[in-house]
Amino acid sequence: MNLTLKVWRQKNADVKGAFVTYKAERISPDMSFLEMLDVVNESLILKGDEPIHFDHDCREGICGMCSLYINGHPHGPKNAITTCQLHMRTFHDGETIVIEPWRAAAFPVIKDLAVDRSSFDRIQQAGGFVSVNTGVTIDANAIPIPKVIADEAFNSATCIGCGACVAACKNASAMLFVSAKVSQLAMLPQGQPERWSRVQAMVAQMDAEGFGNCTNTGACEAECPKEIKMTNISLMNNDYFSAKLFREEHVHEHASGE
Amino acid sequence: MYTRSEMLDVVTVDGHAKGIVTRNLITGEIDTHTGHAVLLATGGYGNVFYLSTNAIGSNVTAAWRAHKRGAFFANPCYTQIHPTCIPVTGDHQSKLTLMSESLRNDGRVWAPKTVEIAEQLRKGTIKADQVKEDDRDYFLERKYPSFGNLVPRDVASRNAKEMVDEGRGVGGSGFAVFLDFADAIHRLGKDAVAAKYGNLFDMYYQITDEDPYKQPMRIYPAVHYTMGGLWVDYNLSTNVPGLYALGECNFSDHGANRLGASALMQGLADGYFVIPYTLGDYLAQIGPKPVDGKHPAFEQTKQDVIARINKLLALKGTKTVNEYHRDLGHIMWEYCGMARTEEGLTKAKGLIQALRADFWKNALVVGENEEVNPALEKAGRVADFLELGELMVDDALMRKESCGGHFRLESQTPEGEALRDDEHFAFVAAWEYKGDNQPEVLNKEALDFEFVHLTQRSYK
Ligand SMILES: Cc1cc2nc3c(=O)[nH]c(=O)nc-3n(C[C@H](O)[C@H](O)[C@H](O)COP(=O)(O)OP(=O)(O)OC[C@H]3O[C@@H](n4cnc5c(N)ncnc54)[C@H](O)[C@@H]3O)c2cc1C
Ligand code: FES
Repeated sequence: MNLTLKVWRQKNADVKGAFVTYKAERISPDMSFLEMLDVVNESLILKGDEPIHFDHDCREGICGMCSLYINGHPHGPKNAITTCQLHMRTFHDGETIVIEPWRAAAFPVIKDLAVDRSSFDRIQQAGGFVSVNTGVTIDANAIPIPKVIADEAFNSATCIGCGACVAACKNASAMLFVSAKVSQLAMLPQGQPERWSRVQAMVAQMDAEGFGNCTNTGACEAECPKEIKMTNISLMNNDYFSAKLFREEHVHEHASGE
Repeated sequence: MYTRSEMLDVVTVDGHAKGIVTRNLITGEIDTHTGHAVLLATGGYGNVFYLSTNAIGSNVTAAWRAHKRGAFFANPCYTQIHPTCIPVTGDHQSKLTLMSESLRNDGRVWAPKTVEIAEQLRKGTIKADQVKEDDRDYFLERKYPSFGNLVPRDVASRNAKEMVDEGRGVGGSGFAVFLDFADAIHRLGKDAVAAKYGNLFDMYYQITDEDPYKQPMRIYPAVHYTMGGLWVDYNLSTNVPGLYALGECNFSDHGANRLGASALMQGLADGYFVIPYTLGDYLAQIGPKPVDGKHPAFEQTKQDVIARINKLLALKGTKTVNEYHRDLGHIMWEYCGMARTEEGLTKAKGLIQALRADFWKNALVVGENEEVNPALEKAGRVADFLELGELMVDDALMRKESCGGHFRLESQTPEGEALRDDEHFAFVAAWEYKGDNQPEVLNKEALDFEFVHLTQRSYK
């Protein structure tokens, strides 16, 4: 198939970008979207031009590196997949495809289609982990967890941190991402000791990074490649509210079950 | 955290590792970092084959730079080829996707009994479910009645290759066998199968546009893991004091044949149970002295890195770096893949040397250092793969026995299984770098088995 691409090209965060039109020729429907871009890039390199820069790594939907806003949708038109899992058979011969980077103040463009998502790293570093020393290994059945809860925590943990939720949101809010990271630990016993301080620290960092607020529109849930649910946001709001009702040290006493 | 920075060299001072040199992948800045010790956890080198299940960014550069600074590289030819990957569709393919091992619990692997039926399947004139039960060869169940579809990865992979070599491969390219869930769906019901494997079936469908609930999956082996890597002792220390290697980038734990799920176990063991203790021991020995970042070794190593980058950027030939990578991958897969021979490996050595020489003449590297430049990043990595590939071939040539993932056609049992030669090869091959284009020197670490004695594997 032959396609026309309108690709956002931008040298770095300090200069203005613009759309540039390219032809993508002899594209096989079996190619992934990124492999199609590889083909275009090889031809650009041979002409001595700079290849189109985009983020990618695992190319199988698990690492969260690929992004791309394709024809108005983060990760393209299909549901529940990442750009690297999108195949060219989704498009038809002769189609024009518009490719943009994630657009959000907290995700400055690095180059072309790649954006700097280190704001997500800093939110994670603010509390998205369990710092309690786990000591010796214990048997898996020593802390029984009801299956429904284990499954829910697992669903939250499938967030790959790609940032599609931010890109989809008219407010550029990161609530879906942050809430998934908060919830996966809040639901499990290992997450309890730091539950209340974690949610406060992560939300504070999210605000400091300049993400917008949530207005319950739900675009994030609709576009999330991992189908993370908005109920995570409710759970996070609930925890945040509970934590703010107490002073932090009281929260800790409370959490340790006095 | 230093994201988007790549380590390009190790700094050694008086034979001890004291820091690293990195390139900032956004600004191109070359930085030096000092430390009392250097820990590498930089993963495996499966991408030397171009196509593998590894992430695109996986590469050997960190380990290879350490090797060139004196660290031994052990058992480089030991590669794990995983039997259940989605087959290649064409030259555009950039990576291979693994279908989990767990699928072999319920899926049955088969190929058509005759070349004629295989041909019809390849042309698409018949579909898999139209092949009669009697015309199917469940080759793993037939050859290994007690293990069946659950034989280890190397055995399953080699047998799939055998089917393809006999002309019984399926799929458009002929490089595939079937993994069939019809029986499991019949026995357990579609819902039960979906509950177990639904996400994998979805993934398969996304990639191939075929519904594995209706037609069997097509699978073929792909490079998945590299058991070889930097030589380390029980403390995870390389032979360069202060330089440690953890996880897939070292050679330890898996011998010639990694078992499923054990790589993540190794990550835990190395990172959680071993290094916190053994590193402390080293630090106690060297004492609490500050590292002198002004030592000339830092500036010298930095200049070496800059010189190499400039050499790469000066390449203004006609062939993209990606093409060299793909060519190298073809050579490695053909001659140093699932079945290896003296003749093939000797040929591969010549081909790699020629390809490497050509790379340094005719490769095309666009752009500059002081910017985001993936072409430059890739060029450095491929240049290292072009050196590593030759060492892998040397290692495979030296090891005349078959052992785990390393299968030498000259060394088989009468039944066509891997035949070890413990009298001559019960050792770890730790290769020592001696300078560019010089043959590496082989050091042997003997393997002594006190309690469990070596025997021939059998899955019959
Ligand atoms: C698709 C797939 C599925 C797998 N499934 C399983 C499984 O189910 N069970 C199991 O046990 N194992 C599995 N494995 C194997 C296992 O995941 C890997 O062996 C393991 O993750 C390796 O961990 P590591 O920390 O050593 O290296 P990696 O996880 O590869 O990490 C290396 C890191 O170093 C970085 N790096 C590399 N070079 C440089 C450099 N020069 N400078 C800076 N950074 C650098 C890389 O970007 C990467 O982040 C799987 C592997 C793959 C590819
Ligand atoms: S490249 Fe890893 S999720 Fe797409």
